[in-house]
Parts: sequence; structure tokens; C-alpha cells
Amino acid sequence: MTDLLKFTDSFLGITLIICSAGISLSLALLLYQIIKGPTQPDRAVSLDTIGINLMGIAGILAIFLETTKLNDVVLLIGILGFLGTLAIAKYLEKGVIIDRDLD
Amino acid sequence: MYKPNDLILRTTTSLIAFILLGFAIYLLLAGHNSPGGGFVGGLMTSGAVLLMYMSYGIEAVKKMLPINFVTLIPIGLGIAVLTGAGSFLFDVPFMSQTFGYFTVPIFGEIELATAMLFDLGVYFTVVGVMITIILSIANDQ
Repeated sequence: MTDLLKFTDSFLGITLIICSAGISLSLALLLYQIIKGPTQPDRAVSLDTIGINLMGIAGILAIFLETTKLNDVVLLIGILGFLGTLAIAKYLEKGVIIDRDLD
Repeated sequence: MYKPNDLILRTTTSLIAFILLGFAIYLLLAGHNSPGGGFVGGLMTSGAVLLMYMSYGIEAVKKMLPINFVTLIPIGLGIAVLTGAGSFLFDVPFMSQTFGYFTVPIFGEIELATAMLFDLGVYFTVVGVMITIILSIANDQ
């Protein structure tokens, strides 16, 4: 039984390292896309994806530190990323984010 | 004039805004022991109001929420100062805090702390400042 526990523990550690490396690579590529991206919608999509990657980092950190206090943080980053993406999409489509009267 | 097609945004906003307000109240009440507190709760509330502004426009939201958000700033600061000065009534230093366990009918035994009242002041101040900044930036045409 202790052998199995030890195996799953080391397996979890290796998985965490691989996931962190993958997210780091993804963040580096996304930063390149934000600087280079030919059009503005490309940059908007990259910013949204960076928010989702931040949620992944918070989840991995919660597993690594063995705590449940970071679950609220994941939800918070998701909501703020949604609001930011909505604002950027509305700016790209209409040119104004909060308009005076819609009808 | 160009009319946007945002039926999905308008329909889901009426649901998402209430989820955001509930999450804000949870964050406000869960502070001082776990992640959360007045600042993040105020930020979430202003996020919900901002979502309504983005999907319905300024005039409609002014009819829905007839609050002058600038007056929330002195109300919040007054609550915070009164919470700090309230410790003089009990002959303890300025801004002392305490907590106790009470039994209420539905929830059973819960913990109530006086830091919660200070968080309430921070909450009102943050909501007022955030909405005022966003509206004065968006209103410049």
C-alpha cells in the first residue's frame, strides 16, 4: 500500500512539472503573438487565452501547495477575464464600450 | 445607423449579473479568515454593474439602479471611521477588534467579527470609486 502511495505521489509531482512547462511554453508563445499579431482581434484572443492560462496556473499551484483556498481565485480570474474579453470585443465591433442609449 | 445584434449578451447578462452579485456577497462575508474581503467584494460588485452598463447602456441602467455612486464614497469612509472610533466606547485602543460565537435560528452557531463592519466600509468605498472612474472615462464624448 505504501508503495502505491509513493508511486502516485511521485507521479503527481512529475505531472505537475510537465503541466507547468506546457503552460510556460504557451504563455511565451502568446506573448509573441501579442507583440507580433497582425490584427487587433488576434491580440484580443491572445489576451483571453492568457487569462485562461492564469486559471490553469492557479489550479496547479493549489495542487502543489495542497490547499483549497485558491479555488476562489480561479473563479475570480475567470470572471475578470470574461469581462475583459467582452469589453475588447465590443470595442472592436462598435468603437465604444459603454454607449449612452442603445435603442 | 448600424445596430448591433447582441441578443445573447442581453439575455445572459440578466442571469450572470445576479451570479456575480451573489459571489460578491460571499466574498465579502468570507473575508478576514479566508480569501476575500471588502476590496474584492467591491470589485466583483462593480464588475456586475459594469456588465449591465456594457449590455444595456447608461440610460437604461440609470433607470434600473437610481443610485448616485459618488455618494457611496463618503458613506463607506464614514462607516470605516465610525468602526475604528467605536472601540473608544469599550475603553480599548483605536481600531481594536474582537469576535464571538453566536447561535442564530437557521444557520446554527456562526462566528461574527467586528472586522466585518470595517470590511463593509471598504466595500462601499471601492464600489463608489470604481463605478465613478469607469463612468467618467466612458463619458468623454
